[in-house]
Amino acid sequence: MKLLNISSPHTTRALSTSNVMLNVLLALIPGIIALTYFFGPGHIIQIVIASSVAIACEALVMKARKRPILFYLKDYSALLTAVLLALSLPPYAPYWVTIVATGFAIIVGKHLYGGLGQNPFNPAMVGFALVLVSFPVPMTTSWSAPSELLATGISFSDALGFIFSSREGLDAITSATPLDAYKHQVALSTAQEIYQNPLFKGADQSSIVLAWQWVSAGFLLGGAYLLWKRIFTWHIPLSLLATLVLCSLIFGWDADSYVPTSLHLLAGATILGAFFIATDPVSASTTPLGKLIYGAGIGIFIYIIRTWGSYPDAVAFAVLLMNFAAPFIDQYTQPRTYGHAKPKRGLAAKD
Amino acid sequence: MNTSFQLHDFVGGIHPTDNKVQSTNTPISFAGIPSKLILPLTQHIGTQSKPLVSPGDTVLKGQLIAEAQGFISANLHAPTSGTISAIEARPVAHQSGLSDICIEITPDNNDTWVERTRITDYKKCDATQLINAIQAAGITGMGGAGFPSHVKVSADPAQINTLIINAAECEPYITSDDMLIQERAQDVISGIHVLAHILEPKNILIGIEDNKPKAADALIEAIEKDADTPDIQVVIIPTKYPSGGEKQLIQILTGKEVPAGGLPSELGIVCHNLGTAYAVHNAVIKGEPLISRITTITGNACAQPQNYEVLIGTPVEHLLNISNTDIEKTSRLVMGGPMMGFTLDQIQTPIIKASNCIIAATKQELPDPAMEQACIRCGMCTEVCPAQLLPQQLYWFSKSSNLEQAEAHNIADCIECGACSYVCPSNIPLVQYYRFAKGEIKQTNEDKKKSDRAKIRFETRLARQEREQAEKDAKRAARAEAAAKKQAEKKAAAAANPEGAVEKKIPTADLQLLQKKFDATKAAVAKSKDKIAALEASESPDTDKIELLKGALEKAQTKMKDAAKAMAEAKKAEKATSTANADKGDPNSPERLKNKLELAQSRLTTAQTRLDEAKAENSDKVAALETAVANQKQRVQDALKALDESIQQTNQQNTTEIKVDTEALKQKVLAAQTRVDKASERLNMAKEQNLETVGALQTGLEKQQAKLDEAKATLASATLEDAK
Ligand code: SF4
Ligand code: SF4
Repeated sequence: MKLLNISSPHTTRALSTSNVMLNVLLALIPGIIALTYFFGPGHIIQIVIASSVAIACEALVMKARKRPILFYLKDYSALLTAVLLALSLPPYAPYWVTIVATGFAIIVGKHLYGGLGQNPFNPAMVGFALVLVSFPVPMTTSWSAPSELLATGISFSDALGFIFSSREGLDAITSATPLDAYKHQVALSTAQEIYQNPLFKGADQSSIVLAWQWVSAGFLLGGAYLLWKRIFTWHIPLSLLATLVLCSLIFGWDADSYVPTSLHLLAGATILGAFFIATDPVSASTTPLGKLIYGAGIGIFIYIIRTWGSYPDAVAFAVLLMNFAAPFIDQYTQPRTYGHAKPKRGLAAKD
Repeated sequence: MNTSFQLHDFVGGIHPTDNKVQSTNTPISFAGIPSKLILPLTQHIGTQSKPLVSPGDTVLKGQLIAEAQGFISANLHAPTSGTISAIEARPVAHQSGLSDICIEITPDNNDTWVERTRITDYKKCDATQLINAIQAAGITGMGGAGFPSHVKVSADPAQINTLIINAAECEPYITSDDMLIQERAQDVISGIHVLAHILEPKNILIGIEDNKPKAADALIEAIEKDADTPDIQVVIIPTKYPSGGEKQLIQILTGKEVPAGGLPSELGIVCHNLGTAYAVHNAVIKGEPLISRITTITGNACAQPQNYEVLIGTPVEHLLNISNTDIEKTSRLVMGGPMMGFTLDQIQTPIIKASNCIIAATKQELPDPAMEQACIRCGMCTEVCPAQLLPQQLYWFSKSSNLEQAEAHNIADCIECGACSYVCPSNIPLVQYYRFAKGEIKQTNEDKKKSDRAKIRFETRLARQEREQAEKDAKRAARAEAAAKKQAEKKAAAAANPEGAVEKKIPTADLQLLQKKFDATKAAVAKSKDKIAALEASESPDTDKIELLKGALEKAQTKMKDAAKAMAEAKKAEKATSTANADKGDPNSPERLKNKLELAQSRLTTAQTRLDEAKAENSDKVAALETAVANQKQRVQDALKALDESIQQTNQQNTTEIKVDTEALKQKVLAAQTRVDKASERLNMAKEQNLETVGALQTGLEKQQAKLDEAKATLASATLEDAK
């Protein structure tokens, strides 16, 4: 018998980092199903591409850094980054866009900053922002209309073909998400007229808005599961959504001149962003009060960029902007320690 | 009893599997007398106890074998009768895995009690008597930390309004308090009454987690039996780790927070462990010192987990044996609970006063720690931290040794409860990092304090040196003047005294003697100079010593001058065949002695001022200086006596100079002897206090010893010559 000599505590909860990541991946499934049901297999293909690239990059970097490759792959953090990225990208973006985004996310966004836990920016959003800025055309023209609007659905081979080779021949591909479309049309028409648009009102009463609502519901379900599992706390998603709603109620009460609240909440990447991207622990704020501020900041930025910016969606930029601020927020929102009259603020003064 | 109580929650906390049922099915039984008892001298927070016995002594059960040193320390008693078989360093139960001096008792198995004094009616006693009884019994906190209990009960009753008895026992596995209450609730309540009698609190609360309903019922029943005593409230609190942390329990029961760096007494609260109350009952009502405790032995490697009444000092091995524990299957042996306990790597480690639990865990039960992964800043640690810290920030700061920031983020308020490590999905041993950082911070603070103190000391010393130098110069001038005057007077007297001619034959010998002395002083001066130069050149000049040496040098120089003067005088006198020189070389002459007395007196005053200074600075030297002052006083007295004697002697002065010489040598030897004694005393003191000066003092002592030997040799040769 060899008695171990180690420091307390001697027991730990059976929840490991890989468990956390797996739980998050699991929670994404309802959303993915909804996406695939409404928009065809594009996202699935993107997930596969992104995951392979991510795992390959992670392994490469670990080899270069002389770390145990399997051990680090098993924390599933690279996989999660890849899936989140794939879900943010347009489903029918050309394959090289995905590859570039994922590679950049893993190698630069994550590992050049020191690897898991050290990266100040959400790697998935770093990758997304890069391709959005670099390749605006494929990034805005690779969305699809809900398959129900189409006479024929998008078959797997069609999707493959579209992603990997020809950019022609798939009439389902549209250049607009409902948010984007509304924003561009609202300058000229009233809400009533916009809703008459085929994009919003399909032949059989189903619309792209409805599809997005289902997708959002799927992600919401996953988010609720994670909250219940206490993988993250309610602070960030709630404050993000609340701030976004508040902003759109204050500025956008007039649906004839601004995008309505419902569209803000349920179309586009809002729910996915609130529950899965903004809550990425590594790059988010960690104090209870800090999380509220962080979430609110993202909410405000999303609204500002969506309303007055020229990019189709804003979650990525809003998250990255708040990533900048997170360490600072943490310093100024330290909780009041037990037995102290008031909380400390900021870093210790250097002497 | 519990209906109207307003509970407060504390932030954070966790719910680990409690694993308590295993050890609560069997009643407490006596663990028996092992073949050896090993009693560490430091089982408490504070100064080590001082052993009162030596190997070979026989002791009785309950006999005091080591006494407290100072207020924050504790007595230690023999848990059974037997023989002291060793007093030596042994591995002990401590976080650091260090060893400590232990008294080993080989029991005689008769278990004969020493005579016990019990307090028949504690209600008639005043607080001091009861506190003394608690102190005498060597009671320390039984919950884990082991803080001497008499210190806690010595709070001013006027300030205390609440006495909290901690029976939360929130750590998994541990059931010693639970079983103690279930079986001996009446005694526990009696002990609480004694504590209440001392502290006179308005409220007495027992906090107990709701996973111990049987124990809670037993307490309530026992309280109801005692109708006329102060009201005790049993408060059942929700089970959540670490509700049994003193600060957390206070927060749960009162909603107040102990101020950072402060004590519960600042809130008018005193908190005692339940086991402590039981020990108080034993000490006061039964007159039995703290010699045994209830310890849980459990874990999956243990075939019969249960609670035992264990004699303090029982090796863990003995408990493993009687509980049929499979040592082969034990992968981790934990003393204390799984959250805050520490591992033992030797089964011979003894049970101490604070050992509430032994867990013999198998590998499946407490698996080896998984490899540490990166911190994903998930914030789970922040959520559970009961001290409301930011554990992951502390982790970054500790890991990068950014102690300043760690301190700014209140690492000092971390109670090391382990909740953060428990939840961390990346298996980061956070608490270990904090312990490391805390240790570092303590070290740097101590270093800083030390250097600050040294700086102040150096500056005051410099000022003092200047002052003293000025004083000395003035004195010397005065002395020289007086001496010159005396000389003149003497010469005049000698000239007037024709009887001086009787001692005509002596001067030659005397002159030789003076020559010798002069040479010696010269050599001494040269040596001192060398020494000072060497010391000043060394990289860590011991200013104390340099100062000393400079003083010595000066003295030697004066002596040399004196000797030269005396020699000249003697030569002159020889020529003049005067008798006046006789006095000059005689160290016992009244003049010399008077000078000596003056010197001693002035030294006494300096010593006194220095002592006052030290007291004002609150320096750690006070004790040393006090002895120095006492020594100086003694010397003044000696000098006075010597002077008196010599005045008498001069009246019948017919001894020869050579005799005086051996006399002087003898005195020299004596002086050297005292110096050696003093040096060794100082060395010992330094060793005890673990000062850095030990090395320097050691060499000093050796030098003094050499001088003593030299003096002895001279004396021997002188006596030899004398005999010829
Ligand atoms: S629980 Fe562990 S991984 Fe999570 S933030 Fe704290 S230290 Fe980092
Ligand atoms: S060990 Fe310290 S930092 Fe960790 S939870 Fe306990 S008090 Fe908080």
